[in-house]
Amino acid sequence: MRIPLSALIGIVITVAFVLAAIFAPLIAPFPMEAPVGDAWEPSSAIHWFGTDRVGRDILSRLIYGGRITIFVAAAASVIAFTLGAFFGFMAAVRGGWIDQGLSRIVDLMMSIPSLIVALVVLSVLPLSLTVLIVVMGVLDSTRVFRLSRAVAMDIVVMDYVEAAKLRGEGQGWIIFREILPNALSPLVAEFGLRFIFAVLFVSTLSFLGVGVQPPQADWGGMVRDSKDFLVYGKTAALVPAVAIAVLAISVNLVADWILARTSSLKGGRSG
Amino acid sequence: MTQVLKLLVQRIALGLLLLFLVSVVIFLGIEALPGDTAQAILGQSATPVALANLREALGLNLPPLTRYGNWLWGLLHGDLGNSLTNGRPIGPSIARRLGNTLFLASAAAMIAVPLALILGIIAARFAGRWPDKIISAVTLTTVSLPEFVAGYFVIYILTQLFPVFQPVSMVLPGMGFWAKLQAVALPVIVLVLVVLAHMMRMTRAAILNVMESAYIETAELKGLSPMRIIWRHAFPNAIAPIVQVVVLNLAYLVVGVVVVEVVFSYNALGQYLIDHVTKRDLPVVQAVGMIFATAYISLNILADVLAILANPRLRHPK
Repeated sequence: MRIPLSALIGIVITVAFVLAAIFAPLIAPFPMEAPVGDAWEPSSAIHWFGTDRVGRDILSRLIYGGRITIFVAAAASVIAFTLGAFFGFMAAVRGGWIDQGLSRIVDLMMSIPSLIVALVVLSVLPLSLTVLIVVMGVLDSTRVFRLSRAVAMDIVVMDYVEAAKLRGEGQGWIIFREILPNALSPLVAEFGLRFIFAVLFVSTLSFLGVGVQPPQADWGGMVRDSKDFLVYGKTAALVPAVAIAVLAISVNLVADWILARTSSLKGGRSG
Repeated sequence: MTQVLKLLVQRIALGLLLLFLVSVVIFLGIEALPGDTAQAILGQSATPVALANLREALGLNLPPLTRYGNWLWGLLHGDLGNSLTNGRPIGPSIARRLGNTLFLASAAAMIAVPLALILGIIAARFAGRWPDKIISAVTLTTVSLPEFVAGYFVIYILTQLFPVFQPVSMVLPGMGFWAKLQAVALPVIVLVLVVLAHMMRMTRAAILNVMESAYIETAELKGLSPMRIIWRHAFPNAIAPIVQVVVLNLAYLVVGVVVVEVVFSYNALGQYLIDHVTKRDLPVVQAVGMIFATAYISLNILADVLAILANPRLRHPK
């Protein structure tokens, strides 16, 4: 199997970011929240990216911030896939009014942009990491639902599913033992796109002030924290912004390659 | 023609039903979530008597359906209630800002739509060759950026490296049209970057799709120039999908403006929404959320209506 250069670059960078997130306490030279120098120190051998407005080491904050960003996005994607795939398969297997009901609910949820729904919901719910992850996961599960349902619709008409039904297997068996293994490859490709969407989504919410709350900060929160000083030539806000862009582009390169390899199933960006 | 009319009526009726359901979700669904408006105003230390009085004053002890009815009735008559944080009526506050948001979004649309069509046609003309590859690489990058990241890159490059613009977009009443346009230049650039990629990619895909038809081959065999084939033969037949994508991306602008307005401290509807989300001012959030949802759904209906009208097979049924 030959991996094109662009996908290879994407894989290397993505893996590096994930490893940095997992081993953050071992890698980061300084703690995340404590000031370790003067405000706005320029980059030096000690502080590679300098320090921010209260003298915190930007590199260390970037590593810890990446940990939060990647964790929240991954957790939200897992929720989205668990909910979306389960209900999507169920809609395909059961058909009838269950399919109709679930599909219409999803249509309704997708008729308004996720950001607007998230803003309305988060203006009422308490702002915590758990709430944030669940809200993001539920909103994003709609797209997984549509894909899983479409994929499963093609599978339920297969002879082996028919055979399983005739053997008298229950619905659980049909969903988990017959459909899931055969639907896995398009779903894996979609996972990359959903993950990157979740990264952009949590970054945007934190940037707007309704995502990850201080003293914790993800990349979006870091941009928010330093944004007002950009016009005075302090580039601290650009460091996490570049990190978001690099991660997003890397995962996209990998996902593009997987999509091109697997099938014509297309994922998309969402509103 | 009757078939088209039937389709149009169906689509619009469906859209109105959707709007109604969305209003139910935004009002009743949100009320069902944990959280109490009276508590939010008075704080955790409020006495039960004070809470009861305030609920009475706000009409919170009426049954939910009655309150929903009142809210919807007010909404349809332009009475959006009062803000919790400053007690002022929401309607006039929104009216002042709505114009600014529309100005920003339409300026972005005026630039993005023609640019996306031109770039899409160029990319289709040189499919697989270097102009196509460059355009694709750039658009893949911009599609990966969240609006606020694109925003700060643009701010840094155009105000610090090449200081030609102001980083804050102040639009004051009484400013002339050109002065206003100059003030929104940076946010417009960001919005164009954000929506351009998708529109351009779909234009390219739609044209390449048509290019596979037999009549294009005929045109090629006649010896027409590639640009003429695209312009006269492929483009008119690709218009239906292109129009749909263009309008759908205008709907995407609805989300884009919220973030971009915050980046540039532009005093308009999106900024107003975010301010009141952080203040937990539910009536404002519900009203503005409903406006954004209405704009988004209307543009989606418009996209489908235009697609129906632009489809020759539907206009001239056998």
